[in-house]
Amino acid sequence: MSAADSGRFSRRFAALKAAGRGGLITFITAGDPDYESSKQIVFGLPEAGADVIELGMPFSDPMADGPSVQAASLRALAAGMKLARVLEMVREFRARDDDTPIVLMGYYNPIYSYGVDRFLAEARESGVDGLIVVDLPPEEDQELCLPALKAGLNFIRLATPTTDDQRLPTVLSNTSGFVYYVSVMGITGTKSATEGAVKAAVERLRRHTDLPIGVGFGIKTPENVRAVASVANAAVVGSAIIDRIAGGLDGNGRPKPDLAAGVLGYVRELAAGVRGSGGK
Amino acid sequence: MKQQINTYRAGPDEQGHFGIFGGRFVAETLMPLILEVEKAWDAARDDPTFAQELEYYFKHYVGRPSPLYFANRLTEHFGGAKVYFKRDELNHTGAHKINNCVGQILLARRMGKTRIIAETGAGQHGVATATVCALFDLPCTIYMGSKDIARQAPNVFRMKLLGAEVKPVTSGSNSLKDAMNEALRDWVANVEDTFYIIGTVAGPHPYPAMVRDFQSVIGRETREQMMEAEGRLPDSLVACIGGGSNAMGLFHPFLDEADIKIIGVEAAGLGVDTDKHAASLTGGRPGVLHGNRTYLLQDDDGQILEAHSISAGLDYPGIGPEHSWLYETGRVEYVSATDKEALEAFQLCSRMEGIIPALEPSHALAHVSKIAGGLPKDHILCMNMCGRGDKDIFTVAEALGVKI
Repeated sequence: MSAADSGRFSRRFAALKAAGRGGLITFITAGDPDYESSKQIVFGLPEAGADVIELGMPFSDPMADGPSVQAASLRALAAGMKLARVLEMVREFRARDDDTPIVLMGYYNPIYSYGVDRFLAEARESGVDGLIVVDLPPEEDQELCLPALKAGLNFIRLATPTTDDQRLPTVLSNTSGFVYYVSVMGITGTKSATEGAVKAAVERLRRHTDLPIGVGFGIKTPENVRAVASVANAAVVGSAIIDRIAGGLDGNGRPKPDLAAGVLGYVRELAAGVRGSGGK
Repeated sequence: MKQQINTYRAGPDEQGHFGIFGGRFVAETLMPLILEVEKAWDAARDDPTFAQELEYYFKHYVGRPSPLYFANRLTEHFGGAKVYFKRDELNHTGAHKINNCVGQILLARRMGKTRIIAETGAGQHGVATATVCALFDLPCTIYMGSKDIARQAPNVFRMKLLGAEVKPVTSGSNSLKDAMNEALRDWVANVEDTFYIIGTVAGPHPYPAMVRDFQSVIGRETREQMMEAEGRLPDSLVACIGGGSNAMGLFHPFLDEADIKIIGVEAAGLGVDTDKHAASLTGGRPGVLHGNRTYLLQDDDGQILEAHSISAGLDYPGIGPEHSWLYETGRVEYVSATDKEALEAFQLCSRMEGIIPALEPSHALAHVSKIAGGLPKDHILCMNMCGRGDKDIFTVAEALGVKI
């Protein structure tokens, strides 16, 4: 018997539907470039227009990520970021915002090392709503996906262009919260899909699921966001935001005073994109 | 404590698990392709045409069977066990790596793939991959850590001569694990036409089992050759371990012979009590990386640590999942040898047998030198001489303070 989830995803996606627009999901790596600067950005995200916050759990070997996210992970680790501190950041955020859903994204080894049960209990208690763990396909569901659902956390699965109609039901079977469609074959922050391809893919997914659909990979500008959010339930932007963080560092890799303001200003521009999206 | 198991040769199960180790921990984009590779491998394994093709290239291109050689002078020098070398360093391209590459490229062709990628550490797997790509006229991209490119210049040039593109990897620690990350990133972006020839018994299922099966020709030949030479099977087997493919290849056909002592030698770098070594079993704990659960060098937070070894081919913070299982069941004993011990064995073997070994099997020989003297004279020990040392002469010269 599974524990009830937090309900934040369903409330947020219902609210977006009522508002007649698609949502903006922003990704940054927790602790990049350091805990305090990262926290400042996270705290400012809802006001800047992020509808869902995706927070990266840094990992030394992020093999599905491109150079931007790899660099963000290494900056966070170099500044002493730990998995426990990621949960701490969520806890601090929840004390001031009880509505914005938070998804933790990362790779399995840090969670496995932390201890699955301990991690899930602490994540739920901190106010985490869902998990995306890149290197856990449905074939490994017993590792984390099923225990997460039992603990009341959503497990958000990635569907990709290589996930054909025959495989989709397997991928969707234990997915909850929303479905994350990876719009290109490749790593984060590199290629972009055409609007037509995204539209066709979202239509294909809708034949298999009633869950909200977020689309990510290669979405970089307010125009991209508008286009994607007009066919999907939300657009995910990661590397482009992280590039703004990298650009806000001085020659020694330390944050310039206006780092958070600059990053949040960019998120505001992206959010303007979804505000004009029409949406589903 | 050794477990009682009927057979050690039945693994993995259908999900690719050896006990709790192995599995398929990859991104969804790769998953359909991994399943396709598994299906293709299952079919090829049972297809006599595939076996014939493999045997043809083993015999006429690789030069198999490799000799089993009685190392007379070293045996006298150690004063105990009879020491044999399985001479896989005499294969075409100078190491055991080619056995696996021939097998995988034949499979890639069966699957209709038109582009090959691979990772390499010492460059031996890169050279072997580039070689079979030249043979079958397929474009080839090799990922290699920038640190390894600097210390393995001859192999880099070899790969280029063979027509491969060598892409330097500057992410993470610039060595083998990062080259593997980068190869996986390439594969995710090019799943439709590309086959990834993984160089060792690691990665997502079916790779650990498939690579083991291609390398098992080493152990099968050793059985026959030892019967011919001594009229019986050996008493002990010794092989070095990075990812562990040469060792799995030698060990696997002998796993169910309970009386045969089997020893794997990891790279202890500057010492397993320092933070500069590559001994995943001795100094690591179970974790998940590169598609499988296995013993890994990692910190308290599950971040992967940099490995260190004088041998670029052993410089990997993980180990094949089947080794992790053989370690936990107690069937195989895992020990380690330091950079310094390997260097001494490298020189000893060169002078006493006229064989310049690669730094990788020099670790195995270092362990042989520790135990052979204490074993009875009728004890037969077989060590896998899995690679030749030509590629290492610059590294060794530098370590010995010689300018060449």
